[in-house]
Amino acid sequence: MSETRYIRAIAEALNEEMARDENVFIIGEDVGGPGGAFSATKGLLEKYGERRIRDTPISESAIVGLAIGAAAQGLRPVVEIMFADFLTVCMDQIVNQMAKTRYMFGGMYKLPMVIRAPGGGGLNAGPQHSQCLESWFAHVPGMKVVMPATPYDAKGLLKSAIRDDDPVLVLENKALYGSKGEVPDEEYLVPIGKADVKKAGKDVTVVSASRMVHQALDAAKALSKDGIDIEVIDLRTISPLDKETIFDSVEKTSKLVVAHEAVKAFGIGAEIAALVGEEMLDYLDAPVLRVGAPFVPVPFNLESFYLPNSQDVVTAVKKVMEY
Amino acid sequence: MADKETLLELLYLMLKVRRVEECLLDVFAQGKIPGFIHVGIGQEAVAAGVCSCLKPDDFIFTTHRGHGQALAKGIELNRFMAEIYGRKDGFCKGKAGSMHVASKEAGVAGSNGIVGAGLPISLGTAFASQYRDENAVTVCFFGDGASNQGTFHESLNLAALWNLPVIFCCENNGWAQFTPQKVYMKLENISKRAESYGMAGVTVDGDDVIKVREEAEKAVSKARKGEGPTLLECKTHRWFGHYAGDPQKYRSPTEVESTREFDPIVKFEEFLLKSKFIDQAHVDTLEAKIKSEIQGAIDFAESSPIAGPEELFTDVYA
Ligand SMILES: Cc1ncc(C[n+]2csc(CCOP(=O)(O)OP(=O)(O)O)c2C)c(N)n1
Repeated sequence: MSETRYIRAIAEALNEEMARDENVFIIGEDVGGPGGAFSATKGLLEKYGERRIRDTPISESAIVGLAIGAAAQGLRPVVEIMFADFLTVCMDQIVNQMAKTRYMFGGMYKLPMVIRAPGGGGLNAGPQHSQCLESWFAHVPGMKVVMPATPYDAKGLLKSAIRDDDPVLVLENKALYGSKGEVPDEEYLVPIGKADVKKAGKDVTVVSASRMVHQALDAAKALSKDGIDIEVIDLRTISPLDKETIFDSVEKTSKLVVAHEAVKAFGIGAEIAALVGEEMLDYLDAPVLRVGAPFVPVPFNLESFYLPNSQDVVTAVKKVMEY
Repeated sequence: MADKETLLELLYLMLKVRRVEECLLDVFAQGKIPGFIHVGIGQEAVAAGVCSCLKPDDFIFTTHRGHGQALAKGIELNRFMAEIYGRKDGFCKGKAGSMHVASKEAGVAGSNGIVGAGLPISLGTAFASQYRDENAVTVCFFGDGASNQGTFHESLNLAALWNLPVIFCCENNGWAQFTPQKVYMKLENISKRAESYGMAGVTVDGDDVIKVREEAEKAVSKARKGEGPTLLECKTHRWFGHYAGDPQKYRSPTEVESTREFDPIVKFEEFLLKSKFIDQAHVDTLEAKIKSEIQGAIDFAESSPIAGPEELFTDVYA
């Protein structure tokens, strides 16, 4: 085990998978010499050369489209989209092409491709560089969406994504890039589609993802002083959603809070609340509460008011404890 | 000029495409095909001229008006027909239909209901050939309307930059749905756009199959030799409406009538007869052969079942 930063863990995953499989190549803006806007690909150009590390024009649709065609021919492209907000520029290629190709053509092709993109606030990067768009993509059948919260998961999930035969969108969180965590020295994978209980507890289930996992863990510490013991679930994968882990926990605690950084409206919190409402109503002792951002764009210098934090989780947990 | 065998192949391809689409119009009018279809009757010389230069393991991307392109690339007729009928034996189990026909075996790598969306994907098959040092080329067909999409410009730029083995083939019929070219672009020749990306561009009479074939051959051999992409614009004519059943109220009857003067098949047959490459008996035999192939395909499609609800959930994920 060694302490590694989230961004380094991603770089290690890319390096290991490129070394393992000649079909893996990286494509995106600035991914060559500069190593990408956040240095995830730094050093790879020197090691693997221009054939496999492809620096592109600012043409997100062409980048994703190229990856689709190449993946259909058995290559394993890893696309870097500089900021998750720019996924909107190539929405057709992602939603109508990448996600539908396999189904539409009756299973003719597999598309073993990955798109990596950093989302979330924390850098005061303003309304067009800070969004969390995971629920948009989770809403589309045919692709998988993962959101690692720790260096361990970032590396293990990315490696699984590269080996997956379906298109996987890896939504990283730029506020987490500098965070540290334990990463094994030996090779490992984190399975896609499996949530992780980051802290066991008996009173309230808090389902979270990405940066909010850490806020929930902080909330757990604060709440324990009041004698409240929460269970923190890290979804890790948004689609396909691991219902089983959520339901098992709710069965135990009978109370549920869902915490995510994206705006609360129409988000994954709404989906989880509805699922639990539909299938677990008898187990619930309180309404399901959601913690999320307000329904406004991400403001440049008001992030501290905008971003949901551990105090919001504490408040929501205390509220469900009142029932 | 192409040898006799090639010329006869071109005639066969064009006739086959024409007769298949006439038949599709007919069965569609009888209500046998769900959804809607777009035929390219009058534009056969483009598909035949270009695809006859390709090998089975080359790739093409087709459009919503892509029957002819797929057929000329050698897609198997029975399963093609079954797909358009929405039947289980179709190449895509009836999940794709006319707008999304594809066949891995024939190198018909995909067609698209989103105008201009095939261009970026065609970069990918071309990239895969280049990455693996294989010899296959990719042809991406699209319309004049599609050339105003951002994807066109992004794709040409990247293909030129990376010297990808791809040919962008614009079937310019002068219409984008209900709108004539002069309404949506100031340029007359779309091929001119190639220059600004550092790519070869050429405009050819798309109703003259020999000329299309000549230019396509040059472009394909260039791409195969690693000399990069070409934008090949073929000017042709759309005889019918945008979709089957479109009454074309936006077009003057004289204009519609005049499109027939450019019939690429009549022109080519006249040339072949006059230069004694063929006689009328040859044409008659060819027509009979195609007729029976089509009848076989219709029988195959109509006897193929429609997939049941169990197919709903297959092929979403690998
Ligand atoms: C992105 C998008 N916009 C609009 C349409 C509707 N549409 C389908 S075909 C078409 C016209 C396309 O014209 P062109 O590219 O010239 O091809 P043609 O139909 O002439 O073969 C339009 C507008 C669509 N399918 N996709």
